[in-house]
Amino acid sequence: MAMFIRVDVDQAVIRKTPGLAAKLAESCPVKIFKAAGDGVDLVEDALDECTLCDLCMQASPEGVKVVKLYEG
Amino acid sequence: MGVLVHENFEFIVQGITGREALNFTRECLQYGSKIVGGVTPGRGGREVYGVPVYDTVREITAKRKVDGSVITVPAAFAADAALEAIDAGIKLLVIITEGIPRRDASMLIEYATLHGARVIGPNCLGVIIPDVCRFGSLGGPAVDCRKAFKPGIVGVMSRSGGMTTEICNALSAAGLGESTAISVGGDPVIGSTYSELMPLFEADPATKAVVIYSEPGGSSEAELARWAKENESRLPIVAFVAGRFMDEMPGMSFGHAGTVVDKKVDSPADKIRRMREAGISVADDIGDIPRLVKERLAGAGA
Amino acid sequence: MRFYESETKKLIARHGVGVPKSGVARTPADAERLAGELGAPVVLKAQMLAYGKARSDTVRTAATPADAAKVAAELLALDDGGRKPAGVLVEKRPAATGEWSLAFTYDGTAKKPVMIGAAEPGNVEDIADRDPSKVVRRHFSALVPFSDYLAKEMVVALGAKSPDVPKMTAAVSRLAQLFLRYDLTQLDVFSLGRLEDGSFVAIDARSDMEVEGRPRQKAILAELGIAEDDRRLVREPTPFEIEAAKIDAEDPRGVAGPVVEFDGNIGLVIGAGGGSLTLTDAVRRVGGRPANYAALGGNPSVRKAQRLTKLILSKPGVKQIAVMSNVVSNTRADLVARGVIKGVIEAGLDPAKTIAIFRVPGAWEADAAKILEKYGVEYCDRTVSISEAAKRAVDKIGR
Ligand code: SF4
Repeated sequence: MAMFIRVDVDQAVIRKTPGLAAKLAESCPVKIFKAAGDGVDLVEDALDECTLCDLCMQASPEGVKVVKLYEG
Repeated sequence: MGVLVHENFEFIVQGITGREALNFTRECLQYGSKIVGGVTPGRGGREVYGVPVYDTVREITAKRKVDGSVITVPAAFAADAALEAIDAGIKLLVIITEGIPRRDASMLIEYATLHGARVIGPNCLGVIIPDVCRFGSLGGPAVDCRKAFKPGIVGVMSRSGGMTTEICNALSAAGLGESTAISVGGDPVIGSTYSELMPLFEADPATKAVVIYSEPGGSSEAELARWAKENESRLPIVAFVAGRFMDEMPGMSFGHAGTVVDKKVDSPADKIRRMREAGISVADDIGDIPRLVKERLAGAGA
Repeated sequence: MRFYESETKKLIARHGVGVPKSGVARTPADAERLAGELGAPVVLKAQMLAYGKARSDTVRTAATPADAAKVAAELLALDDGGRKPAGVLVEKRPAATGEWSLAFTYDGTAKKPVMIGAAEPGNVEDIADRDPSKVVRRHFSALVPFSDYLAKEMVVALGAKSPDVPKMTAAVSRLAQLFLRYDLTQLDVFSLGRLEDGSFVAIDARSDMEVEGRPRQKAILAELGIAEDDRRLVREPTPFEIEAAKIDAEDPRGVAGPVVEFDGNIGLVIGAGGGSLTLTDAVRRVGGRPANYAALGGNPSVRKAQRLTKLILSKPGVKQIAVMSNVVSNTRADLVARGVIKGVIEAGLDPAKTIAIFRVPGAWEADAAKILEKYGVEYCDRTVSISEAAKRAVDKIGR
């Protein structure tokens, strides 16, 4: 169970851009995204490994949001 | 001033596309260091943070002067990379790679010596003159690096890369700062030992004192003690020897490859005795280092 | 990685230097049979890796085969760092008309291999300690192939008689070459004996191979029957240590190890390299008793820190841990914080009570601070020295 990181994904946004799902899966250094059809699944086990590198949010500023559960 | 490197020091990175190398290349550039090329066979023609990548060292040295090279290739290729740099005429190598067998280390260091080149490491993080030049991966991200290292008067030499930063951080916080900090490497055979680097600090007007971080294993502290006795150094030396608990565990290795108590000269107790006899102040507590430096400086001025 | 004497002698014999006739006995009955075959009296040597055992305890003589069985039984019962000896080397000791001692190692000051010799048997380092004038030292090169003249000058300096010089030179030269070839860090020949017929034999010997050299020495290790996972530590790893090594091996990100078990009450999750040495000392200096030595470095994954924490907390008597490090550059404070908190919670404990102190200054320390605050964990930054942090931990956890 993830305690520190939550990743919010807007599947509709991901589906709109062809290849985005694959790109997310490839660019995350700790393999949090898994391409599932046009959308992505999140690998629950890997969430807390997130290095906050922002590569996913750079790939899809609209579709992905990484939330630090220890903030606010 | 400072030693080994300077404001216009230009260097290359061998193995620049590796995971750790990418990190410190970016950090060095952010710190203001001049990295003029990188080498990774098979990746020639690419760029890394604006630094051109080549297949060979000579492609770079044919075109321009190169003062130094940071080597971060895997251990099995490290000796080859070092010989390539030396043959291309580079005179100062920092070898970060860990786990190089000492036969290879000894071989490449002898080759460097025959060619008038100097080796720092293996198994080190490199050299830094605060705010002037960072040559290697000391200090991490540029912002953190600026917090820990401040321009000042203490020459620092350390067998541990991580402890170089820790000690410099304490010296900076105490308002002393560093003239140059050198991570000399944690392996049993390294290119430049304390006593070989002392004359450089001795000749550097910016350096007013020297701090040494040492560990069990090897004879470089005994050698430094001999150097201190034989040379009337103007520089007070303050040392710290970590791993005293290891005296009770002969034959076991902790921390670094060179860190083992096997012979008498390896043991912290023996090192501390020899250094104290040579007039070197040895801190019993790591936190005492800045205070001891200040005391020695006050004593020297009196 | 230390070799047993029987293995060292195989290396030596392989390179054309004589060794005594011998066999390895695994049981007292073996020893009795070997003593019969070799012809009593024989010398029996327990095959051990641990340091610091008196030679008089591990090397014995037996006058008859029956005697050999009795002595072997005693030797096989010795403690070798938590193991039993790997057997007993049974040797026919040759009659020597002269004996020398030799050692080959690396000299960190000259940065070169060096051979050290004396004209008497024993440990050259000890002889040098007692009387440095008895010892001859000669550096050689790892760059240029070994040249026989170096060995010749050495044996002449060691007082070899002129007719003996060629054969003794050959023996010393071969030892130096095998020292280099097999990535040895130390080769001791406690007794190089000259026999009646003018030949030279390595009577007592010991050697260590560099761990970092193992990948390229696979062929000879296989020939000696040494498995890749046979680490040859001077002390047998405890189940706790084996578990820690597993955690490290299963995930390539960062290092957690070596982890060594002590018998104290303060669980340590500490930074790697010099930081771990300094921190272990600092805890002991203020009277604390570490339950373990650990080194968490490189850039470890959250999971690695989590599993290491959980393992340390599983040790009987460990109720609290101290998470401390030198100022870090590539290890991330926030990822360590996540890992240790997860590990504590997984162990069914409260992070605020279990983590006595968290001092990991450096990369991503601001995020680490937020995490620690949320879970109520006491933490400190780089303005608190390593010694002060260690003291606070020991004060809280108890001596
Ligand atoms: S921030 Fe980086 S590590 Fe985290 S989910 Fe995005 S890509 Fe993966």
